[in-house]
Amino acid sequence: MEAVLFFLAAIGATAGAIGVVAARNPFYSVLALIAHLFSLAVLFLLLTSAFVAAAQVVVYAGAVMVLYIFVVAYVGDASEAKWDPVPGQRLFAGLLAFFLFVEISAAVLSSALKALSTKGPDVPAGFGDPAAIGNLLLEKFLVPFEASSVLLLIAAVGAIVLAGKKRQGTPGKGTPPRATEPASVKEALTR
Amino acid sequence: MNIDWYIVLSALLFTIGAIGILVRRSPMVILLCLELMLNAANLALVAFSREVGNQQGQVFALVVMVIAACEVVVGLGLIVAIFRRKLPLDVDDLRELRG
Repeated sequence: MEAVLFFLAAIGATAGAIGVVAARNPFYSVLALIAHLFSLAVLFLLLTSAFVAAAQVVVYAGAVMVLYIFVVAYVGDASEAKWDPVPGQRLFAGLLAFFLFVEISAAVLSSALKALSTKGPDVPAGFGDPAAIGNLLLEKFLVPFEASSVLLLIAAVGAIVLAGKKRQGTPGKGTPPRATEPASVKEALTR
Repeated sequence: MNIDWYIVLSALLFTIGAIGILVRRSPMVILLCLELMLNAANLALVAFSREVGNQQGQVFALVVMVIAACEVVVGLGLIVAIFRRKLPLDVDDLRELRG
């Protein structure tokens, strides 16, 4: 039963990942990533980490992906050119990725960690549930927890500053309001 | 299932994300592929936490999710800013910093 669930979730996660890379329309990439995240949540449940699985579904597949979908809908599907700007880019990318996969797998599997080819030790019933993780977060990892909340706040403020609308016609600046499409990247950046 | 299956799956997902970053040129899709790589690392963290029977790896995975959320927020803000300035949404065209 566990093996069947693992292989189903693994196939789902891999198919979702390939879909993210292969889809031409960014909207379909986002949808494939949502499927990938749900499969990963199943894998987390198999690894007896219920809270991480729940956070994955609620935070990632819920909130972050909605943000992505809004931005994709705002920007529109900017279709990529089909040709390679660098000749042989896909071939070299595939080769590099294959060697990367072989290297990571070899490095981990030959690391002489005895417990790698076991299911791990038997764990008590509350392993990885919200109470246990909450205790860890608020006792042992209190400083990283607070630091990550400050980091989230900084990121939100930074995103507002980056994406917010510039005030038009501020006094003292002689820049005319944007009327025509900039001729080049450089002109737009120096504006 | 043994833990090494999870680790190999995590390596495979990381590799697929790396291919995406190398091949695609839309900054939005590159951000999505970055998410793939972060999630692969998360899977490895949780798998190792199960291997040693210690929950601290799951806390690491949660912190990685926080970092991913921050990165998404700033990255999407940058994409919206690029779009507002009517610049091309293509990482091969945005090469001002290359000198």
